[in-house]
Amino acid sequence: MGRLQGLLFALATVALVVLATFYFTRPWLPPLKSDRIAIDHAIWLSLVVTGAVFILTNLLLAYFSWRYQDDGRTRAAYWHHNPRLEWSWTLVTALIMCTFLFKALNLWAAVNAEPPADAMLIEVTGQQFAWNVRYPGPDGMLGRTDHLLASQENPIGLDKSDPHAADDVLLLNQLYLPQDRAVRVQVRSMDVIHSFFLPNFRVKQDALPGMTVQIWFTPKETGDFEIACAEHCGLGHYRMRGQVHVVPVAQFDKALADAAVQ
Amino acid sequence: MTDMAHAPEAHAAEAHAHAEEAFIWKYVFSKNHRVIGIQYYVTAMVMALVAGLLAMLIRLQLAWPQRDWGVLAKLFPMGYDVGGGFGVMRPEFYAMLFTMHGTIMVFFVLSTAPVSGFGNILIPLQAGARDMAFPFLNGLSYWTFFVGCVVILSSFFVGAGAAAGGWTAYPPLSALKGAVPGSETGQTFWIIGMVFFIASFTMGGLNFVTTIINLRTKGLTPLRMPMTLWAMFLVAVLGLLAFPALVAACLMLIFDRHFGTSFFLPTGLVLNNVPLLGPDGKTFLHQGGSPLLWQHLFWFLGHPEVYILMLPALGFTSDILVTFARKPLFGYKSMVGALWAIAGLSFIVWGHHMFVSGMNPYLGMAFAVGTILIAVPSAVKVFNWLATLRGARIRFNTPMLWAVGVVSLFISGGLSGVWLAQSAPDIQLHDTMFVAAHFHLIMAGAALFGVFGATSYWFPKMFGRMMNDTLGKAHFWFTFVTYYGTFFPMHYIGIAGHLRRIYDPYQYEFLKPLQPINQLITISALILGSSQILFFVNFFWSAFAGKKATENPWQANGLEWTTASPPPHGNWPGPIPEVHRWPYEYANPDFPKDHVMQHEPLTAAEMEVKAAEGPSRHEH
Amino acid sequence: MSTEVLRKPSRPGPHRGGEGGGEPGGDGNGRGGPEVFFDPGRFGLWLFLATLSMMFVGFTSAYMVRRLAPDWTPLRPPGLLWINTAVLLLSSATLEAARRRLRGWNPAGVSPWLTATGALGALFVAGQLAAWRVLAARGYFLSGSPHNSFFYMLSGIHGLHLLVGLVWFAVVLVKARRLAYTPGEADGLGMFATYWHFLTGLWIYLLLLLFVL
Ligand code: HEM
Ligand SMILES: [Cu+2]
Ligand SMILES: [Cu+2]
Repeated sequence: MGRLQGLLFALATVALVVLATFYFTRPWLPPLKSDRIAIDHAIWLSLVVTGAVFILTNLLLAYFSWRYQDDGRTRAAYWHHNPRLEWSWTLVTALIMCTFLFKALNLWAAVNAEPPADAMLIEVTGQQFAWNVRYPGPDGMLGRTDHLLASQENPIGLDKSDPHAADDVLLLNQLYLPQDRAVRVQVRSMDVIHSFFLPNFRVKQDALPGMTVQIWFTPKETGDFEIACAEHCGLGHYRMRGQVHVVPVAQFDKALADAAVQ
Repeated sequence: MTDMAHAPEAHAAEAHAHAEEAFIWKYVFSKNHRVIGIQYYVTAMVMALVAGLLAMLIRLQLAWPQRDWGVLAKLFPMGYDVGGGFGVMRPEFYAMLFTMHGTIMVFFVLSTAPVSGFGNILIPLQAGARDMAFPFLNGLSYWTFFVGCVVILSSFFVGAGAAAGGWTAYPPLSALKGAVPGSETGQTFWIIGMVFFIASFTMGGLNFVTTIINLRTKGLTPLRMPMTLWAMFLVAVLGLLAFPALVAACLMLIFDRHFGTSFFLPTGLVLNNVPLLGPDGKTFLHQGGSPLLWQHLFWFLGHPEVYILMLPALGFTSDILVTFARKPLFGYKSMVGALWAIAGLSFIVWGHHMFVSGMNPYLGMAFAVGTILIAVPSAVKVFNWLATLRGARIRFNTPMLWAVGVVSLFISGGLSGVWLAQSAPDIQLHDTMFVAAHFHLIMAGAALFGVFGATSYWFPKMFGRMMNDTLGKAHFWFTFVTYYGTFFPMHYIGIAGHLRRIYDPYQYEFLKPLQPINQLITISALILGSSQILFFVNFFWSAFAGKKATENPWQANGLEWTTASPPPHGNWPGPIPEVHRWPYEYANPDFPKDHVMQHEPLTAAEMEVKAAEGPSRHEH
Repeated sequence: MSTEVLRKPSRPGPHRGGEGGGEPGGDGNGRGGPEVFFDPGRFGLWLFLATLSMMFVGFTSAYMVRRLAPDWTPLRPPGLLWINTAVLLLSSATLEAARRRLRGWNPAGVSPWLTATGALGALFVAGQLAAWRVLAARGYFLSGSPHNSFFYMLSGIHGLHLLVGLVWFAVVLVKARRLAYTPGEADGLGMFATYWHFLTGLWIYLLLLLFVL
C-alpha cells in the first residue's frame, strides 16, 4: 500500500510531463501578422529552456519518489550538505537567467525604440465600450481635442474650430493599417483603463485616461483580424471588440476613405 | 483585559466563574494561541467555501456562456436574468464573481489559513514559548479579521452588489460610481473589509515577529529554527512593511470616491460621453491625479503579498518532506538564504505587473532585472528539495503526498514566471489566462496544497487526533489530478490570447475554437470543487472521532512534538524544553534511533567533536 | 492598540516569556525557558511604529509623484500651523520633564508635567481644527487642489493618531496619580513617551514635506 502511493505519484508526474510537453509543442500563438517576430522567438526560447528544466526536475521527482521508498529495514543516506554542488547549481541557474535577462532587455529596448520618421500616425481612444480610431488626414496633423467638448456625437471631444481637425478621419471599432509600413499608435482613454490588444500583432498597451502612450509596429500581412480589450473595464468589457484590416499601401487611402463614408 | 488576568490570583477567580462564562473566554474570546489559530483556520475554510462556489459559477459561465441555468437563477436571483424564466448570467454578476473570488481567496483564505491559522498554532510550539508575546492583541486580531469577513460577505447584499473592479481594484473603474455597478456601495465595503483585514494582519504580524525574536527557548539559535518558523518570521516582516502601502492607497481611494479629491483620477474624465464636471459646471470635477499611482501602491503590496501566501507553504513543505523522507533537509543554510533572498527581492519587482501599463519603459527594465533574479533562489529551493529526496526512505502518508504536490506545483508554476518576467513576451501574455495559470499553480495551488499538508501533519497538535489517512489520500488524488486538469490547460489558451476577466470569450472569433478546452477545464474544476467535500468530512469527523494521537506520531524532531497532542494550556506541563540541535537530524548513523529530537542533549561523542571544532563552527 | 502595549514594562529577566500561558509551575523553573533579547512590549511598539512609518512612506511617494506634475498649485500654510507645531514640541518637552522627575525619585512631581503634556496635546488638536477652519474660510477646501487634499488628509490622519495618544495619555495619567510607576525607574512612562515623541517627529516631518521642501 505504502509503495503504491509513490508509484502512483511517479506515474502521475510522468503523465504530466508527457501531456504538457506534447500540448506545448502545438502552435497556440495566434498567427503572427506583424514584424514582432522576436517576441515569438523569445517565447519559444523560454519554452525550450524552461521546458527542459520542467522535464528534468519532474523526472527526478518521479524517479526519487518511486525509487527511494521506505523499506522498513534500511536507513536513508545521511547526506545534507555539499557546498560544491549547491554553488554550482546556483551559479548555473544564475547564468541561464542572466542570458534571459540580456536578451529580454535588448528586445524590450527594441520594442520601445523611437518609431521610424515615416511611420504613419494613428490615434486610438478607448471608451466604455468602443475603440475610437482617428487618422490625421492629408495634413498629417491630428486636430486638437478637448474632453470638455465630448458628447454623444463627438465622443472624443474633437475641437472642430482647429484647422487640423477638419480633415481628420474618424472610425469606430475599425482600424485600417497599411501593409509593410510602420504605424505609430497613440493610445488614450476617455474614462477607465482599457487595454489595446492586437493578438495577431503581439501588441498590447493599456489605454489610460489622462495620458497618451505611443507604440509602434509594422503590419506584415494583409487580412482581417481582431482588436480586443485586455483590461477589465466594466460590464461591456467582453464586447469591446474591434476589427483590424491590413491592406496594401497602394489601396490604403481608398480603403480608409470608403470606410469613413460608411 | 490585560496580562493581569493571567496572574495566578486571577486564575483562581476564573475557576469560580460560571461554566458558560468559562466557555466564552476559553473558546470564543480566547487568548490562547492554539484556539485563536483554529478560529482563524476554520473561518478561512468557511470563506474558502464561499470563494470556491463563486469560482464554480465563473467556470460554468466560461464553458457555456449563453446557456439558460434555470436552477441557478432560482438560487441567485440577483445574478441571473429571471425575467420569463431566462436564466442567463448577467455581466455585472460575472464581474462581481471574479472580483470577490480573487479578493476572498487571496486575502481571507490563503493569507489567513497558512499565516494567521498555522502561524498561531505553530509559532509558540516550534519556538518553545508558552504563548504569543501579546495574547490579548492576538484575540483582538482574530475578531478584527472576523469583522472584515462579515463586511466583505455582506457586500453581496448592498445596493448594486459587491465590488466589481477586480481584486486589484484599479481606479478609475473602482473610483467612479457610474463606471460599473459594483463601484457604488460595494467598493466601499470592499475597502472597509480590506482595512479590517490589514489591521488584523498587522496585529498578527507584530505578535509573530516579537514572539520569534524575543521568546525563543534557550538554545534555539536562528540557524536551528525549523523552516516553518523562518517562513513565518519573514512573512510577518513582509506583511508589516508592505501592507501599510495598501492602507495608504485605500485611504486615498476613499477620499477620491467620497470627498471629491483627485489622487488617482486624472483631468478629463468623460463617462458615457458626458464630461464629469465639478460644481461650477465648467471644469472637470477631478484634476490631475494618476491612475498609475494606485497600481504602484497596490503592487508594492501585491507582490510581497503573493509571497506572504507562498512562504508558509514552502516552510511546511520542507518540514513535512524531511519527516517522511527520514532524511535531513539538504542545504539548510541555502534554504534559509533563499527565503531571505525571495523576501528581499519581492520588494523590488512589483513593476512586473505593469510592463504594458504605460509606465516608463526604463522602469520596466529595472523591474525585469529584479524579477528574473528572483528565479534563482526559487530554483535553489527546488533543487534542495530534490536532493533531500535522493537516497531517502520515503513514507507516503497523506502529509507527504501534499508536500511532493507542492514541489510539483512550485516547479510547474515557477517556470512560467520566467516567461512573464521578460517584459517583451509579457506584452503578449499579460492579462491572459496564461497569467491565471501561472498564479493559480504557484500561488494558489502551492499555498492550498501547503495548507492541506500542514492540516494533516499538525492535526494532532490542533485536535489531539489523527486525520483519516485513506480519506486523506483520496482527497489528495482527486485534488492533485483535477488541479492540474483545471489550471494547466490555461497556459495553452492563454498563449492563444484568451483574455482574463471576460464574461463571454466567444464574442471574439479567435477565441471561439477554444470553447471545448474551456468546457474540459470546467468539468475538471467542478470535480475539483466537489472533491473538497472529502476534506471537510475528514476534517470534522477526525476532529471529533479520529484516532487519538500520541505525542509524536510521525517520529519528527521539532519542539512541537515534545508535548502532548493537543498541548495543554501553556504548551508544556512542565518546564519548556531546551534546544540542543537543528530540527533535521534523521538517519544519522551515529545514533541507534533514526531520528534525534531537537531537545535531546548532545551525546558525549558529540560534545567531544564540538569541543574539538571550537564553539560555533557547526550550528547543527 | 490594546492595553497590552500599555503594560508597564517590567525589568527584563531571563524567563519573562512564560507569562502568556500562565500555567502554574510553567514559569521560570525550567532548564529552557525563553531567552529574552528585548522587552517584548517595547519591541512590539517599535515594530508598530515601523509599520506606521511605512504607511507614511507610501503617502510620501504619492505626494512626490503628484508634486512633480506641472499643474501643481501650492497652498499657503496658515500661520497657526507654526504655533501648533510649537505647542506639540512643548508637549514633548514637558513629557521629558515628567520622566526626569520620575527618574529623580520625585514621583509626586510627575503628574503636573504629565498633565501639561496632555493639555498641550489637546491644544494641538484644537489648533489643527482651527487651522482647517481658517483655510476653509479662505476658500481652500479638501478637493480644491492636490496640495489641499494632501494637507487635509495627512494632517487628519496624524490628528487621529494623536487622539489615540490622548486616550493612552489618560491611562498613563491615572497610573501616575496612583504612583504606579516605580520612583527611580529609568524607563518609566517609556512606551508612552516613545509613541508621543514619534507623533511629534511625524508632524514635523509632514510639515517639512508639505510646506518647506
Ligand atoms: C520564479 C519566480 C516568479 C516569477 C519570475 C514571477 C513573475 C511574474 C510576472 C512577471 C507576473 C506578471 C504577469 C502579468 O501580469 O503579465 C506575475 C504575475 C503573478 N504572479 Fe508571479 N512570478 C514568480 C513567482 C510567483 C509566486 C511565488 C507567486 C505566488 C506566491 C506568484 C504570484 C503571481 C500572481 C498572483 C500574479 C498575477 C497577479 C494579477 O495580475 O492578478 N508569482 N508573476
Ligand atoms: Cu475592457
Ligand atoms: Cu509579482
